[in-house]
Amino acid sequence: MSFIYNKLMGGKQGFVGFILLALLVLVIFPLCLDLFRLNLVGKYLTYAFPAVSLVLLWGYGGILSLGQGIFFGLGGYGMAMFLKLEASSAANTAIQSTPGIPDFMDWNQITQLPWFWEPFNSFAFTIVAILVLPAAFAYVIGAAMFKRRVGGVYFAIITQVIAVILTVLIVGQQGFTGGINGITDLRTLNGWDMTSDSAKYLFYFINCALLLTVIVISRFILTSKFGSLLLAIRDKEDRVRFSGYDVSNFKIFIFCFAALISAIGGAMFTLQVGFMSPSFVGIVPSIEMVIFAAVGGRMSLIGAVYGTLLINFGKTAFSESFPELWLFLMGGLFISVVMFFPNGLAGLWQDYGHHITDRFKFITRLFKRKESLPLDDSTKSETAS
Amino acid sequence: MLGGYTYGELGSILAMQGFAGFSLFSVLLLMALGLAIIFGQMGVINMAHGEFMAAGAYTTYLISTITEQYFPAFMPYYFIFAIVIAFFVAGALGYLAEYALIRHLYKRPLDTLLATWGLSLIMQQSYRSIFGAREVSPTLPDWLMGSYQPTESIHIPINGMFVLALTAFVTFAVFYLMYKSRWGLRVRATTQNRIMSGAVGINTKKVDRYTFALGCGIAGIAGAAFTTIASTGPTTGTLYIVDTFMVVVFGGAASLLGTIASAFSIAQAQSILEFFISGSMAKVYTLFALVLILMFKPEGLFASKVRR
Repeated sequence: MSFIYNKLMGGKQGFVGFILLALLVLVIFPLCLDLFRLNLVGKYLTYAFPAVSLVLLWGYGGILSLGQGIFFGLGGYGMAMFLKLEASSAANTAIQSTPGIPDFMDWNQITQLPWFWEPFNSFAFTIVAILVLPAAFAYVIGAAMFKRRVGGVYFAIITQVIAVILTVLIVGQQGFTGGINGITDLRTLNGWDMTSDSAKYLFYFINCALLLTVIVISRFILTSKFGSLLLAIRDKEDRVRFSGYDVSNFKIFIFCFAALISAIGGAMFTLQVGFMSPSFVGIVPSIEMVIFAAVGGRMSLIGAVYGTLLINFGKTAFSESFPELWLFLMGGLFISVVMFFPNGLAGLWQDYGHHITDRFKFITRLFKRKESLPLDDSTKSETAS
Repeated sequence: MLGGYTYGELGSILAMQGFAGFSLFSVLLLMALGLAIIFGQMGVINMAHGEFMAAGAYTTYLISTITEQYFPAFMPYYFIFAIVIAFFVAGALGYLAEYALIRHLYKRPLDTLLATWGLSLIMQQSYRSIFGAREVSPTLPDWLMGSYQPTESIHIPINGMFVLALTAFVTFAVFYLMYKSRWGLRVRATTQNRIMSGAVGINTKKVDRYTFALGCGIAGIAGAAFTTIASTGPTTGTLYIVDTFMVVVFGGAASLLGTIASAFSIAQAQSILEFFISGSMAKVYTLFALVLILMFKPEGLFASKVRR
């Protein structure tokens, strides 16, 4: 029990935060929001996956990846490819000149399913691919970079360039990838209508459950010895290296894990939104993911989720009514978070949160009083006063 | 034979695409020079560098419009002045940005990336609000139009040659400033050993600020040069920023020679490939090759230090 409490939840503070977050996404949102809004929140929560991954990678590991969109995109495209193949059965696409292939391939005069699309006919393969491919790709990048001790700003730029390459590739190879429009018209999952209300509710709850699981696993990583090493690497890499640790392997592991998390988010995005496009892969979404983590607090797994929700609510609200103002606000947010609140919302909560919690102390006091009853009179009078 | 081209035609294509590559090379080099100076000096990656370039381009456009409106007789000469003013406008903006923002973040290089990205968003939106979302281009003086034809099938645009000459001039000026002047000595001393330079009486903070302003000013010149080969929009800067980063990283930090060599190879590879395959794939191949090379040779072309 104490293992669960200390290692998976991160002690009292983490436990309370986790329970509150779970309550919010699992109970309060589904009760208070209509299905359309809930679906929107579900979409935002998929961005929380890369945000949480950046807390691990950037907040604790000190490795700034400006390419989490790559892995979000790989996961999303993996899922989208499977769904598209299902949507493009020979019966559904009978009007095309080549039935049985996705519509955008037909428009681009491609007459045969490309080899790398072939395995995505299988759902099992798709799930494995979503989990393995991004992590394997991250391994290749990470091994090449970290083994040669490339880090810091260089790593950030190279991940960014890879994100650009991937975007340009997806947009340019329209016949194989659906181009700038992405992969659209995804309706069924194994013959089950994805657009139905029940499916939307189910995906939302699966998404929340996955997110909460990811947070628990991440917390476990951070509270383990590995977490301490990660912090040590961030603060004094050479010293860790001289103590006999192979620093690069730790960095590669956390980078792969971050990629895996982001890819899960991408796959859930495709399932809930019903399409995937290169606009969720490139530089801009990748940097936005960093700002989600930064606003929530780069050292707080749970804060990252709140940061993601807050910015996306703000974006939706503002960009509808004042699209011009939004970019100014976003730019100002980047600057002010970096300059004045480097620990984001979580940092603010830690500094000023006790003012709010003090008001609710009477609740905890009620419980405490019962516990302290068998004790001597002096403590009793203290709690009563 | 060779995709239906004769050798003569192929030679002309190569010459013209090669020259188109020179135009791209000029803009990339001017952008990268500024970025490399700033990065070499302070370890700061300026994500808003593209927007400083756009500031130069918009300044040129403004001056062209004003000249056309009020001093039509001045039209043939305005461009030279526009370049100078673009340098000072972008430089002043850079000075401001350093003073208000960057100097607080020198100890956190990764955070400057984010802060300057925020700055770039704000600048982009300002351009959109002031100049509109449509792309604009200044009216170029007549002597910049037309092309030079050494043979029947080769056309070399004059504006391209002008930009190339401008780039050569700026590059030499930067070299002179960095390696021959008193000020350059201070900059190099600060780069090598900040604490020691402070101890011998160099005002390192002032050096930082002026270096940053100079880097941004050169980006402004790049913007002025850019207006001769393409039109400017609010997001023009972002189109070039990644390529510019690659030029700096590939060239090796703090090596001006490396910056020139890498700008040349990247621009030429991209523009020659562009003729044979589609533009987007040319970019993919070039960037991919760069990433591959950097994976095996992370220190870039001309640098000996370990990257961190």
